[in-house]
Amino acid sequence: MRALLARELTLALRAGGGAPQGLVFFLIVVLLVPFGIGPAPDRLAGVAPGTLWIAALLSCLMTLDRLFQTDFEDGSLDALALSPLPMEAVVALKALAHWLTTGLPLTLIAPLLAVTLNLPASAYPWLVAGLLIGTPALSMIGTIGAALTLGLRRGGLLTGVLTLPLYIPTLIFGARSAIAAADGQDPVPALALSAALTLAIAAATPFATARILAIQLR
Amino acid sequence: MPDLGTYAGAVLGAYGISFALLGGLVALTLLRAARAKKALAAAEARNGGIPND
Amino acid sequence: MRLSGRVLPVLSALAAVSLAAGLVWGFFFTPDDYQQGSTVKIIYLHVPAALMAINAWIMMLVASLIWFIRRHHVSALAARAAAPVGATFTLVALATGAIWGQPMWGTWWAWDPRLTSFLILFVFYLGYIALWEAVEDSEKAADLTAALCMVGSVFALLSRYAVLFWNQGLHQGASLSLDKEENVADVFYQPLLLSIAGFVLLFVVLVLIRTRTEIRLRRAAALDQRGTARA
Repeated sequence: MRALLARELTLALRAGGGAPQGLVFFLIVVLLVPFGIGPAPDRLAGVAPGTLWIAALLSCLMTLDRLFQTDFEDGSLDALALSPLPMEAVVALKALAHWLTTGLPLTLIAPLLAVTLNLPASAYPWLVAGLLIGTPALSMIGTIGAALTLGLRRGGLLTGVLTLPLYIPTLIFGARSAIAAADGQDPVPALALSAALTLAIAAATPFATARILAIQLR
Repeated sequence: MPDLGTYAGAVLGAYGISFALLGGLVALTLLRAARAKKALAAAEARNGGIPND
Repeated sequence: MRLSGRVLPVLSALAAVSLAAGLVWGFFFTPDDYQQGSTVKIIYLHVPAALMAINAWIMMLVASLIWFIRRHHVSALAARAAAPVGATFTLVALATGAIWGQPMWGTWWAWDPRLTSFLILFVFYLGYIALWEAVEDSEKAADLTAALCMVGSVFALLSRYAVLFWNQGLHQGASLSLDKEENVADVFYQPLLLSIAGFVLLFVVLVLIRTRTEIRLRRAAALDQRGTARA
């Protein structure tokens, strides 16, 4: 199990593995927002949590293809399916590796980018906590979308069409907590709901994804 | 024709758009059904299958 | 196939009659509402379409479950057949709602929980249809879309409650419920029921026709495949 996790991490971090690009993509999306809505600091402050969340969603989405696609093409996925490790565990490990290389680094640089967007100081801890709690769910849900579109010739766009709607609940609760903190409201309820949602998703998705992968490998 | 008052445009618009959408759906459904029927008949003729239904 | 062929004309006729009767009754022979004026007539399209938009998804979910458990091919094709119908009903509900909202709420669109949920539902329909189109192997497509339908149902429900948490709405409560207090008045109620019956029948008829189409197409493809295998 640890070997598989290590393999996933080295593959992701290796040049061309996609993890650094995911982070750069995150940076660029955030950079584009002030061009789209203007440089006024108070206006940027209002949209800062939403911007960072949407950027996080998109960079999660952009890196989904490396979850299963190459393993599916070179046959490693078949080997993993035959290994004594249950497919559910493989999915969970892959999602974990995806989060460690996408969601976690992006959570760590989010406060820096939030400075450029003039996010009120009171919201920082909640933004980071929200991303820390919410992004694992994004990786987990992503395995569903990636598994469904595995092996399709023009799968990239379809992955987005199928995955992004599934991100809605996570986005709502995650962004809400930072927005509430910025507005001087109580950010705890949204964060608690977000945590509950992530736990439920983390518990259920490996089974769904493993089932879908079984269909794909049949 | 009932007197629709100030909202005539809204009411008629809603009915118009709904009929257009539903009519379009029905038309497409029937068109596809006819095409499938023809395609199946052609396939049966090609392959000498026994038509059932 | 044979049974559906026999009941189809009857059902089509019933659908046409009840739909026409409900809408004509509602459009020509009901009074204006004291608050909404004549825009209340939009209810005969809006409420049935919205109701069936949700029921169509539920029917797809049931059909997907049947396919998953019993591997009954017709049920997978019925789920596929229902999706565009459900998507169109969702669009009708959204469009009529927007047209009604403009004079009544003073805006075409508001990010109200009900409206937002319907937009989300519409997106789910589109994704489901897109996945059917994208996967070439028909058996695999049926399996994958069934899985998507089940996952999507859970997330659609989650989104529904998340959206409620996110924003309080403008939209009024249920037009139809067992709780009479909340209901619309009787004059509007009876033609509404009739047009709901019409929409239900229209849905059944369309799904039957589309399912038969899918069966025929698949049979034609199978025949051709066998033909080329033999040749």
